[in-house]
Amino acid sequence: MKKTYRIEVDCAACALKMEQAVKSTQGVKDATVGFMTQKLCVEFLEGADEAQVMRQARKNCKKVESDCEIYL
Amino acid sequence: MTGKQKRILWRIVLSAVLTAAAAAACALWTLPTWAPALAYLPADLLIGYDILLKAGKGIGNGQVFDENFLMAVATLGALGLGDFLEGVAVMLFYQIGELFQSVAVGKSRRNIAALMDIRPDYANVLVDGKPRRVDPEQVAVGTEILVNPGEKIPIDGVITDGATTLNTSALTGESVPRQAVCGDGVISGCINLTGAIRVRTTKEFGESTVSKILELVENSSMKKSRSENFITKFARYYTPAVCAGALALAVLPPLGKLVLGLVPSGQLWTVWQTWIVRALTFLVISCPCALVISVPLSFFGGIGCASKNGILVKGSNYLEALASAGIVVFDKTGTLTRGVFQVTGLYPAEGFTREKLLEQAALAESASGHPISQSLKEAYGKEPEPDRVEHMEEVAGHGVKAVVDGAPVLAGNLRLMQAEGIPVAQRYDQGTAVYVAVNGQYAGCITISDVVKPTAKEALAALKKSGVRRTVMLTGDAKAAARQAADRLGMDEVRSELLPADKVAEVERLLEQKKPGEKLVFVGDGINDAPVLSRADIGVAMGALGSDAAIEAADVVLMDDDPAKLALAMSIARRTLKIVRQNIVFALAVKLVCLILGAVGIANMWVAIFADVGVMVLAVLNATRALKNK
Repeated sequence: MKKTYRIEVDCAACALKMEQAVKSTQGVKDATVGFMTQKLCVEFLEGADEAQVMRQARKNCKKVESDCEIYL
Repeated sequence: MTGKQKRILWRIVLSAVLTAAAAAACALWTLPTWAPALAYLPADLLIGYDILLKAGKGIGNGQVFDENFLMAVATLGALGLGDFLEGVAVMLFYQIGELFQSVAVGKSRRNIAALMDIRPDYANVLVDGKPRRVDPEQVAVGTEILVNPGEKIPIDGVITDGATTLNTSALTGESVPRQAVCGDGVISGCINLTGAIRVRTTKEFGESTVSKILELVENSSMKKSRSENFITKFARYYTPAVCAGALALAVLPPLGKLVLGLVPSGQLWTVWQTWIVRALTFLVISCPCALVISVPLSFFGGIGCASKNGILVKGSNYLEALASAGIVVFDKTGTLTRGVFQVTGLYPAEGFTREKLLEQAALAESASGHPISQSLKEAYGKEPEPDRVEHMEEVAGHGVKAVVDGAPVLAGNLRLMQAEGIPVAQRYDQGTAVYVAVNGQYAGCITISDVVKPTAKEALAALKKSGVRRTVMLTGDAKAAARQAADRLGMDEVRSELLPADKVAEVERLLEQKKPGEKLVFVGDGINDAPVLSRADIGVAMGALGSDAAIEAADVVLMDDDPAKLALAMSIARRTLKIVRQNIVFALAVKLVCLILGAVGIANMWVAIFADVGVMVLAVLNATRALKNK
């Protein structure tokens, strides 16, 4: 299951950090952040609760880069 | 500029003014030692409060080594050592650099978005014969819509009324308008030029060409290139390594001097101070921004430039691979040739006229669904009368048998003639040869060939020039015909008499012959070659406008059917890669030199600021070149 979210992030290095943070969230199989397109593409693990996973992912992102946003 | 950018700009301007005032005050009057610290403080806080906050938060969250931290340490360190002007300048230039980066990135993002501005805003749905503007997403399949001259076709469909010319340049890069009449299929994203047309939609908006293309381009930067992955990995080790280096620089040399007894008594602090300054300089130089931003920006620009020319690249990785293409394999039909078969030669045997030969063949083949029958019918010029033909029978792989005007007629390849024991006077090798026999007697031969695209030859020459080592043509044609066509085009090699299934095996064999680092490109028309497209390193589908299957299967899609676009795509890819390499090498080299100079104390804080902000600005400017087509 793949989904794309709109994000807001200011610098490319921060985008990389966000990508790592989302990847390491429980329930996420893989994730890519497109800095230029300001998009986040998340592939969920089988049976994961997307809404809950994304809330956690957003929290994790805020931890590594306080100035970012994921529009859920 | 966005609100955020404007706020930063104001902060920069105000802070610069405050800094200048403070500097002037310090220069003009002799002040007590505590005064300069107080004078520079407002400027520093104004420009740097968010960085300091972020650095604090980062430490709180266990994310110690980021650029905020680097900057915070540098500015606080400089202030602590009494270099107030430098402390403020570090922050000031860092913020200017960030602002510049944000503006440049935003600008190129908008530029590329504008290139791909093919999203239609509305559709005119006909309700009781009157048009009403609605959101294209709400239009159901089979709805009649009206497209006025100057409007974009919002949804794929078929013209039910009217005739016009269409501008397809946004999709294909092709500037010559295309004619469209009643009954023709039209593709969303084209601009209607001359006449109002009514269109019955055949797809939903989300499934229409325009949506597919937009989705593809927007997601293209998600597939990351090797260079981008390299930078990601690099950044992960780089920042901690640099921080460790800076720490070592601040502690080890003075400690070493102390142990060796090289420090005069009472001067320990002065010595230590020099090394702390060097360590701070080191930190400022090391900021990896220039690298991290410029690589994806270059790729994004390259992909944008390609889309402008009707070349859709599905990911940075494919653009990168395209630059090192060494073997290019073409499927002949539909890529090098138009895929339209025409009668190119009539060779009647003695006792037969050209007209008679063509008539017999066209009638015998009239009930066949084979493309050859179409070409014969076209050359014949009129509809074959069905009541003149009886007992039509297709012999798979050979041709047809039929009774025409009461006489048995055979039309097919050489094997058919041999199987029926009919002596053939002469063999013909160009294209596909259809031998005809009437009443058991050889009547002659008709040759049918595919028409080669006008730009095919130049395209191959251009590919060779841009460094392609081998060009290979795959075809189902007979050996001699295939060889001839290949020679005419300037193709290096040809594999003939292939069945569709053989093509995968052939491409696999070629993949094994690749040199290390080389990539194999397969170019097909997207029809029936999905397995080959996915097997090759880079699958290119050509003339894919409106063919969803091809857009799905291929890595690179050439929207119109011009083979010269492949060479263009390669040159864009090479140019982009060149810019990426320039940026990586330039940024790393400048940083490395400055780091060494900083460590030995030659480079001061001002050099450090150039190494950080200056390099980034140059790298971003260089990256935006990728967007421009020469």
